[in-house]
Amino acid sequence: MTTTAMAAARDAAYSVPLASLDMSDPQRFADDTIGPYFERMRREAPVHYCENSPFGPYWSITRYNDIMATDTNHKVFSSKRGITLSEPRTEDVRLPMFIAMDPPKHDEQRLAVSPIVAPGNLANLEGVIRSRVIAIIESLPINQTFNWVDRVSIELTTQMLATLFDFPFEDRRLLTHWSDTATKLPVTDADWDARELELQKCLQYFVGLWNERVNAPPKPDLVSMLAHNPATRDMPPREFLGNLVLLIVGGNDTTRNSISGGLYFLNKNPGEYDKLRKSPAVIPNMVSEIIRYQTPLAYMRRIALTDVVVHDKTIKAGDKVAMWYVSGNRDAEVIENPDQFIIDRPRARQHLSFGFGVHRCVGNRLAEMQLRILWEELLKRYPNVEVVGEPTRIPSSFVRGYADMQVRISA
Amino acid sequence: MPKLTFIAHDGTRRDVEVPVGTTIMRAAVDNGVPGIDADCGGQCACATCHVYVEQNWLEKTGPQTESEQDMLSFAAITKPNSRLACQVAMTDTLDGLVVHTPEGQH
Repeated sequence: MTTTAMAAARDAAYSVPLASLDMSDPQRFADDTIGPYFERMRREAPVHYCENSPFGPYWSITRYNDIMATDTNHKVFSSKRGITLSEPRTEDVRLPMFIAMDPPKHDEQRLAVSPIVAPGNLANLEGVIRSRVIAIIESLPINQTFNWVDRVSIELTTQMLATLFDFPFEDRRLLTHWSDTATKLPVTDADWDARELELQKCLQYFVGLWNERVNAPPKPDLVSMLAHNPATRDMPPREFLGNLVLLIVGGNDTTRNSISGGLYFLNKNPGEYDKLRKSPAVIPNMVSEIIRYQTPLAYMRRIALTDVVVHDKTIKAGDKVAMWYVSGNRDAEVIENPDQFIIDRPRARQHLSFGFGVHRCVGNRLAEMQLRILWEELLKRYPNVEVVGEPTRIPSSFVRGYADMQVRISA
Repeated sequence: MPKLTFIAHDGTRRDVEVPVGTTIMRAAVDNGVPGIDADCGGQCACATCHVYVEQNWLEKTGPQTESEQDMLSFAAITKPNSRLACQVAMTDTLDGLVVHTPEGQH
């Protein structure tokens, strides 16, 4: 983002009528010009109604404290109609998954998989992650430009996901493909058809794994855990697919973009990169700051179950509500100098990127561990990885990430 | 000021003294006691300040609240003496309280 482009975005953000603002427009995310729009909404319309969008009308909540209050009030703000603004074309293409359910079913299904990312099991995974990180880093080309997103971010998170599912390792890029398929929010009929076709392939593949494992003794991989847990073993195929998509996207698209984002932010803030080289002990704190600054999922969506008043606005029962984590994470009322990337920031853990309340990210500690190990090992070998051009961003208002980022390691 | 002892997963003991009204979470964070992450900053919105209250103090710390139970149901290894440290404020009657921190916060 050049200074001129950002100044133009700021002018545009403050000159359009508030009512016409539609933050679901993917173009602003592709251009990375969302900042001034959300800044204006936090100031002038913290509970904002967008009447017309490709996804229909919806409310936007943009301040940190309001997002916290909404996210933790699952009795009023339900997840049962999905977590993105997109509505299924018809009910038969809806993907039931536990993040899009309310308690108690949500709790039962979540607890079927959460042991895999609990502290005890994470300690077991640390060695595997470290050896893979080292292998990936040591295979990187020197004195050549290459796409960091593909060689590092996707590769590391996809390997991790293959391990968690005990998915055939040589086919692991299918997971990346299905993740990308699932996060591309369909608009037209053709979008829906294409998506369904690919997701059915995903289901077929995983049904094969399920059938292998359901009659075998339980083991600590996600497919076996789902196949053996009383809360999930009798799921209809569509619900199995939904939960797979949740685990694939949750374990893949999010950390991937924080891995790319971290390197980009350090390059944009050379003083911070120096700070990191001088005191690697700051890495765990930096990881939280990267996750705040990136906010790999820009929002989560809810539906109001009753009429509810927030800041003088009445959100009606049945209305859609987007909690814009990406905006709350830049709210100066709660976070000091929120637009600055500060790797030793105090209270860096208190960001919104994992959500709060019962739907809080189940894999948050695994995500942090992957980022921490990557930076520990990278710093030992290559203390300067140079981003050589502006990255290409994903045109999505939901997944905030990078498709391509060219970098160079100099010998 | 009432005294409070944290015992880490590896057995390390740390004693702190805090003013009445301070939550156990705040007591840990403000005194640099490791083992408590407190991601939500004390709003009972995550479960990353999970502690185990030593048995003989349970009656004085009181029961888990409803919203605390919601969050604790997602913590790693919960026990009947599990509490979220942000939901227990120090009082004179809690002088000498002992809590244990888990292997990790989740």
